[in-house]
Amino acid sequence: MSTKIYVSCDSGALSLGAEKTASTIAQQAEKRGLQIDLIRNGSRGMYWLEPMVEVATDKGRIAYGPVKPEDVAGLFDADFITGGQHPLSQGLTEAIPYFKNQQRLTFARVGITDPVSLDDYLQHDGYRGLNNTLAMTGAEVVKQVTDSGLRGRGGAAFPTGIKWNTVLNTPSEQKYVICNADEGDSGTFSDRMIMEGDPFVLIEGMTIAGIAVGATQGYIYLRVEYPHAHANLNSAIESAYQAGYLGDNILGSGKSFHLEVRLGAGAYVCGEETSLMESLEGKRGLVRFKPPLPAISGLFGKPTIVNNVISLASVPIILDKGGEFYRDFGMGRSRGTLPLQLAGNIKHPGLVELAFGPTLREILYDFGGGSATGRPIKAVQVGGPLGAYMPESQFDTPLDYEAFAQLWAVVGHGGIVVFDDTVDMAEMARYSMEFCAIESCGKCTPCRIGSTRGYEVLDEIIKGHDLNKNIPLLRDLCDTLLNGSLCALGGMTPYPVLSALNHFPEDFGVSDKANAA
Amino acid sequence: MTEPSAVQPSISDIIAALKDKPGALLPILHGIQDALGYIPPSSIPEIASSLNLSRAEVHGVISFYHYFRETPPGKNTIHLCLAESCQAMGAKRLEQHVKGKLGIDFHETTADGAFSLEPVYCLGNCACSPAMQVGHDIYGRVSPESFDDVINYLGESA
Ligand SMILES: Cc1cc2nc3c(=O)[nH]c(=O)nc-3n(C[C@H](O)[C@H](O)[C@H](O)COP(=O)(O)O)c2cc1C
Ligand code: SF4
Repeated sequence: MSTKIYVSCDSGALSLGAEKTASTIAQQAEKRGLQIDLIRNGSRGMYWLEPMVEVATDKGRIAYGPVKPEDVAGLFDADFITGGQHPLSQGLTEAIPYFKNQQRLTFARVGITDPVSLDDYLQHDGYRGLNNTLAMTGAEVVKQVTDSGLRGRGGAAFPTGIKWNTVLNTPSEQKYVICNADEGDSGTFSDRMIMEGDPFVLIEGMTIAGIAVGATQGYIYLRVEYPHAHANLNSAIESAYQAGYLGDNILGSGKSFHLEVRLGAGAYVCGEETSLMESLEGKRGLVRFKPPLPAISGLFGKPTIVNNVISLASVPIILDKGGEFYRDFGMGRSRGTLPLQLAGNIKHPGLVELAFGPTLREILYDFGGGSATGRPIKAVQVGGPLGAYMPESQFDTPLDYEAFAQLWAVVGHGGIVVFDDTVDMAEMARYSMEFCAIESCGKCTPCRIGSTRGYEVLDEIIKGHDLNKNIPLLRDLCDTLLNGSLCALGGMTPYPVLSALNHFPEDFGVSDKANAA
Repeated sequence: MTEPSAVQPSISDIIAALKDKPGALLPILHGIQDALGYIPPSSIPEIASSLNLSRAEVHGVISFYHYFRETPPGKNTIHLCLAESCQAMGAKRLEQHVKGKLGIDFHETTADGAFSLEPVYCLGNCACSPAMQVGHDIYGRVSPESFDDVINYLGESA
């Protein structure tokens, strides 16, 4: 019998040389006349160990990492294919505390299965949610999602069940389901990991959504920066069509759902749902006024569900195990689990899926192991480029939408970018304004022009010019952005800017906090 | 984002194959850029007439999206990530090194046509910052030395 060896095809692992590691393993096995079955799985999300190599043994999978091509011969010499000891040995993968202490619901299969194998998906509880859905009415499916307490993981945390219910109850010949896979926030990669590592779970979630609300066409709006996700999605979609999980008359139910991937073209604002729909319609991604809500008049003017990848990928387990199962995880009004992404200057970067509730400090130190450089962590930005910078004094905040909102911070898509004490927060504030200027869709004057004005003022502040005039000017500009923007790009750029100024006034040349206020 | 292929379909073929899709403009623009590496301004009238749009509308769409370009790129396009996570791991220093090594600024192409340099704001490789993408290939934990290795390797095969 040949031994199963796993090397990830996740683009993060590839970026560290996983392809070379995999091909070297294949060559060495052949040279030594050993039978191996090399499987390209998704990533387990422990990126400091990538390229990670796993070997299936009677006791479970044993991990080695990070494995460079030049380490491979030594691994064979140490008989790693039976789990032999080696300096790179990490023991049983699932006993590594970083992994063991997670609650993986949405990511249940990522890193375990071959992402593009439908058989593997089915053997690991895949399509059980869809099977249940086919025996239910649309209203019953929507009720399960509502009962689960799932809130949108794309940023705004809007209850998914309520959105679906609106689409369900808006009569129309044609309805759509859109998956927002634009994942533009720096520090986030959970959507990418799902699409590369378990694309079927997203396809199943969208199919359930379509059948529940009566939508027969779905689009995945994927950012062009994700070519590997694109390939795996297309491969999985093709298999799903062939096996009758997509198309007309799904599994003989008489229900139809069609699915297509569409590529974005490098515009951050197209992650905003109305801009995204403009883009899908073939236009410039100008943000639309709301109302009308997309759920009532969305893509091509039809009722449309727009949900983030993680929201949709969490639906199959909810329909498999029931809304209450999912709801039992979490705290307060933040139910279920959130796949957090630890990024930036952190020793153990990666994917950590946890029920809501643990504090930032636990995530940063128990999982993250502190900064990568070993220096003190000065600030973390949670929730992407529009999220607030949080200082150490806020690290005891529990991961919960409401607890963050109270501090004028956001959980967003769950990205956490860590900075050590060498960061200059005035420079980061300047970058936020510059980013807003580069990515503005141009519809509102405060966002289009105010952001440019914003980084010019910050340039003056960084040079130490006329702080008594320029700091209040910066605050005024932020006020205008907050109050005069149509969408959160302009409306939330003040979050990182003002949080940087308020928590780190010394970086702006202001010596005491009272002065900065 | 596929590499320009050896057997290139003509612009007319690409338009004909995609124009009946709902919201066909972006798929057509991607199709052309995949085949040629850019969208020649001379193709705009044909795109516009096939979709019943004005030339100004098509041009407006091309210019809205950072990814689309109307000039031919170098043999390799380097997308260097400048977003927060990469900044936290030294992207600014790397940016200086990259520009120095290539002798060009962003949105420029080296004189020998080997490399174009573009900024990008997140490649989703934030667990391996700083990151860059060259064609389809993504690189993580890029240092000045590893950048030079990649460039020297690609430069030789150019
Ligand atoms: C500037 C901007 C960018 C956004 N980018 C994304 C994105 O990349 N992915 C995403 O899912 N939501 C993004 N959103 C949020 C979407 O507008 C929308 O709330 C979300 O797709 C709804 O799905 P959910 O309810 O499942 O979160 C963005 C919003 C704004 C204002
Ligand atoms: S705030 Fe900025 S990005 Fe949003 S609609 Fe206004 S101009 Fe466009």
